[in-house]
Amino acid sequence: MYKHIILAVDGSDHSIRATDETIKLVKGTKTIVEIVHVSDFSKSKDEVLHAEGQEALEVKRRKKLLPIEESLETQGIAYNVKLLRGEPGPAIVEYVNESQADLVVVGSRGLNSLQEMMLGSVSHKIMKRVECPVLLVK
Amino acid sequence: MLTSIKEQWFSNVRGDILAGIVVALALIPEAIAFSIIAGVDPMVGLYASFCIAVIIAFVGGRPGMISAATGAMALLMVPLVRDHGVNYLLAATILTGVLQIIFGIFKVARIMKFIPRAVMIGFVNALAILIFMAQVPHFIGISTMTYIFVAITLAIVYIVPRFFKAIPAPLIALVVLTATAIFSGFDLRTVGDLGAIQRTLPSFFLPDVPFTFETLQIIFPYALALTIVGLLESLLTASIVDDMTGTEGDKNKEARGQGIANFITGFFGGMASCAMIGQSVINVKSGGRGRLSSLVAGVFLMFLIIVLGNVVVQIPMAVLVGIMIMVSIGTFDWSSFKYMKNAPKTDVVVMLATVIIVVATHDLSKGVLAGVVLSALFFVAKVSTIKVETRVESSLTRFHVKGPLFFASVDGFIKHFDFSKQNEKIIIDFTDTQIWDDSAVGAIDKVMIKLAENQNDVTIHGLNPASKRLIDKLAIHNDPNAKLSAH
Repeated sequence: MYKHIILAVDGSDHSIRATDETIKLVKGTKTIVEIVHVSDFSKSKDEVLHAEGQEALEVKRRKKLLPIEESLETQGIAYNVKLLRGEPGPAIVEYVNESQADLVVVGSRGLNSLQEMMLGSVSHKIMKRVECPVLLVK
Repeated sequence: MLTSIKEQWFSNVRGDILAGIVVALALIPEAIAFSIIAGVDPMVGLYASFCIAVIIAFVGGRPGMISAATGAMALLMVPLVRDHGVNYLLAATILTGVLQIIFGIFKVARIMKFIPRAVMIGFVNALAILIFMAQVPHFIGISTMTYIFVAITLAIVYIVPRFFKAIPAPLIALVVLTATAIFSGFDLRTVGDLGAIQRTLPSFFLPDVPFTFETLQIIFPYALALTIVGLLESLLTASIVDDMTGTEGDKNKEARGQGIANFITGFFGGMASCAMIGQSVINVKSGGRGRLSSLVAGVFLMFLIIVLGNVVVQIPMAVLVGIMIMVSIGTFDWSSFKYMKNAPKTDVVVMLATVIIVVATHDLSKGVLAGVVLSALFFVAKVSTIKVETRVESSLTRFHVKGPLFFASVDGFIKHFDFSKQNEKIIIDFTDTQIWDDSAVGAIDKVMIKLAENQNDVTIHGLNPASKRLIDKLAIHNDPNAKLSAH
């Protein structure tokens, strides 16, 4: 079906559901699954301040992806992981547009319209600007 | 060497120039406000920012980081300026430069790494509190109009960026409210009431102080405090910029660079400065990555002052107060509250002690020193050096690790391995050690991947079940495609 799916995650429950949908799409096929996670720049200051050094910080970030990686592994799906840095929405959009992916799967935070206006929405930005189909998982 | 120059200066020209401009615009109110905190003429902070930003662009170790007049440094200068005057401050700045160069040469940057996280969090929180406290005399109990202007400044600074990000909100607040103040004739205190703005470039002069031992006695303690605080904040900021950009700067080069910059700045009428967390984050977020961004920021700042100096004196103090309150809120580490719930009790005590001592003495360096000592006392029970014994037996090499492996012993652990070994059978024996934290897992990973790169056959022995669980879950060395950094 799809050759290369990018699964954009933030480690939250929505990401787990997005992972489940990806599994449904990919099981039994040879699709490449790429897990993409963006370390939000704006949180860098807090994260560096609270981390016990660079090594601990990197492992802490990978830890967020653990449940997602575990679920893909138990289904026998091959994947690789890409950690990006920057503002979550634009960073994912740029990465997806530059890659050869033919589908992006992303979870939606389920914000109501007031929250969306105040906080912005990563999934919204992805939907608007990415140049391939998007599967938005609620 | 030439490729490195090309990479550090010219690989991101457009981003650097734009970011540099944004930084300069955001920097003007801050440099002025910090000068006022220190009790000196606004030009002292502005000249300092210009000199430091320009010099660091050339000699700094962390491209993309912005250094200029800062609150942390300004707060330390208050008693010196009050009791002895600005010339002693300039002399102290020069001495600070010298000390920082010495610290850089002696690779003191590495020691800074061991300043516990609790102390750094305390530092940042105490700084935020002090910056806020310094604003109080400028807006409490002056006039209702002052409160109104402060409130409007805060409103602009927090609401406008949600809709319009191209121009820094503090600058918008500055322009709009200064114009309002000028045209409305409201009676507000202005920057001009506190000092004059010279629309000239800085000039070289020797500070007017007697070259005696007595002078040295007066300025040395301040210079030492400035050196410590300056390097601390600069190294913290460098780590943040490292993380944001995914690259690693040279900490010792940065220390030497800060020293050179401060040394020269003292001769040009500027106050001691250091790296700024807030502006560096703005720089990177605005697309700045290379040395050019710092240069552009400094030059553009000076250009604006020369061109717009007349207007700058009319900026109402209330606007600067509003901006400083925003800086204070942004500097404070709000996740400290969660930290206090989750961190070990001894760490929380260290953090609170650091904050209390800083606020009580108005001296960041005293708080840091007290925090470090306290933390060391708590930590002494836990710390032990990690030993790695190498034994070469008939067909294999055995590395026997002794002592706890955790963030403070990770470096020592990694250094013990001879990565030039090739095609050997290697056993790493962890029977006499404990893996304490994620740093340890990361370090073991690193070692295993590097050894595997040279076709060594590496096996791990003797992990206790808890450690084994951690490694199995988190380490990536078993993944044949693993590379050292996960990006």
